[in-house]
Amino acid sequence: MLDDKFDYLLRLGDNALVLSQRLTEWVGKGPALEEDMALANTALDLIGQARLWLGYAGEVEGMGRTEDQLAFLRDAHQFRNLLIVERPNGGYADTLMRQYLFDSWHLLLLEQLTRASDERIAAIAEKAKKEVTYHLRRSADLVVRLGDGNQESHRRMQAALDELWVYTGEMFEVDSVDEILESHGIAGSVSGLRSPWLAQVGRTLAAATLNMPPADAWMQKGGKQGRHGEHLGFLLAEMQFLQRAYPGLQW
Amino acid sequence: MSKSPSREWPLWEVFIRSQHGLAHKHVGSLHAPDAEMAVNNARDVYTRRNEGVGIWVVRASDITSSSPGDKAALFEPSSSKVYRHPTFFPMPEEVKNL
Repeated sequence: MLDDKFDYLLRLGDNALVLSQRLTEWVGKGPALEEDMALANTALDLIGQARLWLGYAGEVEGMGRTEDQLAFLRDAHQFRNLLIVERPNGGYADTLMRQYLFDSWHLLLLEQLTRASDERIAAIAEKAKKEVTYHLRRSADLVVRLGDGNQESHRRMQAALDELWVYTGEMFEVDSVDEILESHGIAGSVSGLRSPWLAQVGRTLAAATLNMPPADAWMQKGGKQGRHGEHLGFLLAEMQFLQRAYPGLQW
Repeated sequence: MSKSPSREWPLWEVFIRSQHGLAHKHVGSLHAPDAEMAVNNARDVYTRRNEGVGIWVVRASDITSSSPGDKAALFEPSSSKVYRHPTFFPMPEEVKNL
C-alpha cells in the first residue's frame, strides 16, 4: 500500500516536473515576449507542484530521499509520468496542443484530488488547482484562436492534435496502483474523468473548428509504469547533468 | 487591425490596481492581438510578483496625449499661482489623512 502511494505521488510529481522541463526549453525562444513569459510562468507553477508532490513522495517512501534526489537521481525507467508530457516541443502548435490536452485533464484530476481522504494530497491539489485553472484558460483560448485562425494555423493545430491524440488514452487508464488508491479512498477514479474530459475537449475543439479524432482510437500507454519513449532520456540528461557530474552540488 | 495592414500585434498600455481602494496605475505596455489576450498577457508579464488585484488594458492608439511642445503654454502658468495650493488654511488637528 505504501509502495503504491509512493508510486502514485511519483506520477503526479513527474507529470509536473517533466512538462515543466519541456516548457523551460522555450525560454528565450518563444514567438513573442508575452508568450515566452506565459510559458515560463506555467513552467514555474509546475515546478512548484512537482516539489510538493515529490517532497511528499519522499516522506511516504521513508528512505530519506528528498525531492531533489527524486528529481535528479532517478533514471528514465523510474519516472512515472504520462507519455504525453515528455513529447518533444515540436512547433508552437504542438506545444500548445500538448498543453491544452494535458491542462484539461490535469484540472479535472486536481478537482477530484481536492476531495481525497489524504489531507496532504487534498491540500496540494487545492493549491495547484488555482494555478492550473489559469493554465487551462490560456491554453484553451489559444487552441480556439489558432484552430479557428487562418488556414496555416488551422492546419498546424489539426496536425498537432492528430499526432498527440494517441497519448491521451493513458490519462484515463487504470492499473493496480490506481485501484489500490481508489479502494482506500485516497484518490478518485481516473477512468471516471474520461467522459467529462471528452465532452469538454469536444466543445473546445468544435469551437476551434478542429476535428476530434475518434475516442476509441488505439492509444499508446506505459509511461505510468515506467516504459517511456526515446525522448525522455535526453530530457533527463539535460535536466540532471549537474547532479550527475557533480554529485551533491549545492548553490 | 482593420485600419492597418500590419501583421504586428497592436500595442496596449497596462494599468494595475495594487490593492482595493487604490487607483489603477500605469505599469508598462505590451503587444497582443485583442483586449482579452492583452489582459492575459498583462497578468503574465506584470503581476508575477503579486503586484495586483485588478488589470486595465487600453489600446495605446486610443490614448490622446498632450504635446510636449505645448508644455510652456499648458503648465507654466500654474507655477506662479501658489494660492491654489490649500496650504493657507489651518487644518484641525483631528484631520489626519489629508
